[in-house]
Amino acid sequence: MNLTDFLQQHGNEILQATIEHVWLVAATMLLSIAIGVPLGILVARRPWLSKPILGSANVAETIPSLALLGFLLPVPWLGDRADRLTITALTLYALLPIIRNTAAGITGVDPAVREAARGMGMTPRQILFQVELPLSISTVLAGVRVATVLTIGVATIAAAVGAGGLGEFIFRGLAMVNNQLILAGAIPAAALALAADFVLSVLERRLRPAR
Amino acid sequence: MNVETKPAADGDAIVEFRSVHYTLPRGQVLLRDVSFAVRRGETLVLLGRSGAGKTTALKLINRLADPTDGAVNVDGRSTLDWDPIALRRHIGYVIQETGLFPHYTVEQNISLIPRLEHWPTPQVRERAQELLALVGLDPAHFLKRYPHELSGGQRQRVGVARALAADPPILLMDEPFGALDPLTRAEIRGEFQALQQRLQKTIVIVTHDTSEALLLGTRIALMEAGELKGLYSPGDFLHSNEPVASAYVAQLRALEEFERGK
Repeated sequence: MNLTDFLQQHGNEILQATIEHVWLVAATMLLSIAIGVPLGILVARRPWLSKPILGSANVAETIPSLALLGFLLPVPWLGDRADRLTITALTLYALLPIIRNTAAGITGVDPAVREAARGMGMTPRQILFQVELPLSISTVLAGVRVATVLTIGVATIAAAVGAGGLGEFIFRGLAMVNNQLILAGAIPAAALALAADFVLSVLERRLRPAR
Repeated sequence: MNVETKPAADGDAIVEFRSVHYTLPRGQVLLRDVSFAVRRGETLVLLGRSGAGKTTALKLINRLADPTDGAVNVDGRSTLDWDPIALRRHIGYVIQETGLFPHYTVEQNISLIPRLEHWPTPQVRERAQELLALVGLDPAHFLKRYPHELSGGQRQRVGVARALAADPPILLMDEPFGALDPLTRAEIRGEFQALQQRLQKTIVIVTHDTSEALLLGTRIALMEAGELKGLYSPGDFLHSNEPVASAYVAQLRALEEFERGK
């Protein structure tokens, strides 16, 4: 079968799967930023929390992704819906780079700048939102970028629990020993990862404060 | 709290140290029984070598640190009774590395505190221009620049302008000219002297430079190993018999003699 025929036959399906994939990744990233950034700030503020928090995130990272989905399946509310389950698992993976980079960004703010901010009479909240976070935004984004690329890849596993996405093609291709089908999942996933990497790295450079 | 116990000798004290001790949690003593007063409108120089406790003393004034024992009073009130934020906004603060916010323009840096204090925008604008002109920088040219586009001397000037933004009655300066090359340093120091006379602020400056202390200070507080060795007028300092003070003076004299010997 040549490419044109293949695309004619599967084009809509691929588009559908790509949209599902993007939705899974987007939801995961929103959730993991919402959790990871505050945790990163906490780690920067209370260094003694760094071991337990980063340690747990690290452990989550080491669990094989299929196994993680399996572990989460019997959890009451989570296991009810495949997308819920997948997003939770993916979030657990995405957290580590986000927490780590947020903490590194905030810890890396020039002590003289923080000292000046404090000495001028800025409240801790003002220092965080007007000084520390703006100054570490590019480091945080670097973490988000790594996490996004990782998530786009791992999200192909979602098909194993029926959450859809580009993994559908890969699994089907594996079962049918059909390389074309595998590529129909793998190529769009790789393209998505490259695109996300590009867009986020541009953003990262834009937002990096000049020195 | 200590209003009724104002000392008679320094009736016009705006900052006052009363038997202040400062000890680190691990037991290292940074200040030992330090007492002195800063009079309204004067420029007090804290002179001493690195580790003498000068910077610590400064940080006790704007409550970046709290005394372990004794009390630091600002406007007759213990710093512990002040809201730290209100206290710090009442006191301008300039540090050696300037601590300018790299993501803010010069204008944003200078107007930060007025904005946090909810000044109306036109007034904030005007104030930034006025201050920049005051420290000898052309507003048209500098307002929209970022700190990394400025030279060390210009940055230091912006740092001073920022500290003066909300017109605080007290100004604390920690080695403000320390990171500058000798020529720029002399230049800015001269400008600062002129500024000092116009503004009539109460200023506390930390330095380890004897000539700077003599030039800028109305009084010199000599510190050594966490203790206050004495308070001198610049004239008294030059003729003091106190061993540490005379060591500083001797070092100055050596330079003079070298010049004369040529």
